[in-house]
Amino acid sequence: MAADTLERTASSEIDPFSPDFFRNPYPFHATLRDAGPVVWLEKWGVWAVTRYDQVQAVLTDWQTYCSGAGVGIVNEKKAGGWRKPSALLETDPPEHTANRAIVGRILSPAALRALRATFETEADALVERALAAGDIEGMTDFSETFPMKVFADAVGVPVEGRHHLITWGNMVFNGMGPRNDLFDRAMANAEEVTAWVTAACRRENLTPGGLGAQVYKHVDAGEIEEDHAALLVRSFLSAGVDTTTFAIGNALYCFAAHPDQWDVVRNESGRMKQAFEEVMRFESPFQTFFRTTTCDTQLAGTHIPSDSKILVLVAAANRDPRKWKDADTFDISRSTAGHVGFGAGIHGCVGQMIARLEVEVLLTALARRVKRIELRGEPVRLLHNTLRSFEKLPVRFHA
Amino acid sequence: MPSITFIHADGARENFDIPVGTTIMHGALSAGLDGIVGECGGSAMCATCHVYIANEEQAKRALPPVSAVEDAMLDSAAAERTVESRLGCQLSVTDAFDGLEIKLPERQL
Repeated sequence: MAADTLERTASSEIDPFSPDFFRNPYPFHATLRDAGPVVWLEKWGVWAVTRYDQVQAVLTDWQTYCSGAGVGIVNEKKAGGWRKPSALLETDPPEHTANRAIVGRILSPAALRALRATFETEADALVERALAAGDIEGMTDFSETFPMKVFADAVGVPVEGRHHLITWGNMVFNGMGPRNDLFDRAMANAEEVTAWVTAACRRENLTPGGLGAQVYKHVDAGEIEEDHAALLVRSFLSAGVDTTTFAIGNALYCFAAHPDQWDVVRNESGRMKQAFEEVMRFESPFQTFFRTTTCDTQLAGTHIPSDSKILVLVAAANRDPRKWKDADTFDISRSTAGHVGFGAGIHGCVGQMIARLEVEVLLTALARRVKRIELRGEPVRLLHNTLRSFEKLPVRFHA
Repeated sequence: MPSITFIHADGARENFDIPVGTTIMHGALSAGLDGIVGECGGSAMCATCHVYIANEEQAKRALPPVSAVEDAMLDSAAAERTVESRLGCQLSVTDAFDGLEIKLPERQL
């Protein structure tokens, strides 16, 4: 990096991939936001944007800030990543547009209406089981259980070996970070897990009529190749399990910590959708990802050379006081319009409507039966290169 | 700033100036217009910013073509899809939008 660039730019020693940062990122976010609209992160030699306006600017300008060089810290055009790049997350138009259209149609609101009744039945059953169990581990006994059942069923994944999906998600999203302990631990069983996931994505292993099988209809129609379809199905499995699990866990925590707001969603029907948007803003499961500049560019007065990695801290944008009044307050009655918890622009989460459906259905079932969510011990923070949630969340539901 | 007229399903008209570079969806939400939801925030995932573009000639001239993503999503719109249907989040306002009339569907959800 040329010295003249550094002199003109805010820079910081903060390491956004350190345990301290993961345990409580919010004070670090504030420091980075106040340091400048664009900050050079000395530790990793990458740029960072934390303010809402710049995060939006980067996410909505795919021509300048591309995804095709990977959305992790590694520039995959130079180095090559640990897996075959995602056909959705790590491509640019026009390739991205075609892939996104296929998956977008399969996950469209109209298509999802057919899933709601099944989700509701499963949600009611899970809530009853959790109530009967008394003290539960909120992540593995509840938050994870639901998407592992309803989402994996909807995609049409084999039941045998499904636990690999958790490990796979862990690999995908820890794998976006630098080569630290979390990265290495996530990859510990990579070969076996990758083999299972690869097999699960094949046509013959998917339930007929499921979301995964529908991708193969586009092969039959002559639009895409068989192995390309498998890669698109892989996106469902990469992005659809632990993200949703962590969103549910974060929601449980927010409502356990704010019983008054749980009372509101319990007593006033129709409030849950909006309440979940506030969970997404306040405790975004997806905290960060990268973009790569395609050319020399200027962002808020900072010169950024071509082929630079930029860390986009969506979670920091979701708490930027320049955008949000009382940004650090969890308030389900605020307007969350424009939050970037699902990203924004052409790479905005393609599964966001099924995620919303899952969480809304589950929390609505919970609100019908449960008056209070009690924390039964100190939650253990998950340390993770990309996502934010809990390792352990001991809770008890009170009917 | 381009001036754009929104026509509600009941025929009521509202006029807003929307800055160049803003999408119809964001512009309408910022102006406080009822009738556009924009649940997904502009990622073409929810079809709740469905609008009908009334002026055919101007639409041809001013609007970008419907992408494959928008096309797929328009099939999910709660109200009937017609040849005038577009997603407001995919329409970034330019000076050529000035005077455009946009009809709102009866429902978005």
